[in-house]
Amino acid sequence: MSLAADIVTWTCIITGSALALIGALGMIRLPDTFARMHAAGIIDTLGVGLILVGLIFQAGWSAVTIKLLLILVFIFITSPTATHALAQAALNGGLKPLLGKKDGKEKPSKT
Amino acid sequence: MPHALSLGLVLFVVWLLLSGIFEPLLLGLGVASSIVVVYIAHRMDVIDREGHPIHLTPRTLLYFPWLVWEIVKANFDVALAIVRPAMPIEPRLLHIKAGQKDDLGRVIYANSITLTPGTVTIATEGSAFTIHALTRGAAEGLESGDMDRRVTAMEDAKMDASDPGPAPSVEKEE
Repeated sequence: MSLAADIVTWTCIITGSALALIGALGMIRLPDTFARMHAAGIIDTLGVGLILVGLIFQAGWSAVTIKLLLILVFIFITSPTATHALAQAALNGGLKPLLGKKDGKEKPSKT
Repeated sequence: MPHALSLGLVLFVVWLLLSGIFEPLLLGLGVASSIVVVYIAHRMDVIDREGHPIHLTPRTLLYFPWLVWEIVKANFDVALAIVRPAMPIEPRLLHIKAGQKDDLGRVIYANSITLTPGTVTIATEGSAFTIHALTRGAAEGLESGDMDRRVTAMEDAKMDASDPGPAPSVEKEE
């Protein structure tokens, strides 16, 4: 595999991993269920997406590339559906989203 | 009928791509499996323009690159909000009206909103969506109605794309 492909792979995988870490950090820092879903959204989209794109550059033109692309397509269709189901369940369960400005120093409410 | 044919074709192409083996036995099994699946789908009555939207295909190719770029921008917006020590988030609920005519268009629109970090569709009732937005930028992006117009344009593939239609009405809830 050529050097250029390796560089692209490393860039994509490192950026994707960093975004996945930031998403995980957001799951801890953000104040309530609804806000935390946005952090999960980062991992679902660019986190997974960039890691898979990085892997595609290693696979080259082969059946593996097609399978990786299919994984990408399925994640892009299923993850918003799952997120919506989660949000709907939280809402129907009587959970009210926290609204308004947060300064970040406030302790997350334990509900 | 065109939907059944295209479904069978798509199934067989997926079979070929995933197997990668071009022997008569496996090709025959692939054809047989595709036909059985199309038959079962026909019996379940799920082959229609909603379950297999071939009418959207050309427009989707234009919409998805734009959506991916929006997702990339929104990702960095939300990631920055999480990383900054002050965590400048401003969660709020938006009530927006979707301009799409049928359920398929609304599903694409609602899923596009959810896929974009910073906005999640938490409830839908007909064409009225309730959106949870995390940051000010995410809420403003949605209020501009750009995504709504693009999904509507994709849905009305036969209509002239130069007329994006009226902007959706938006009301805020503090």
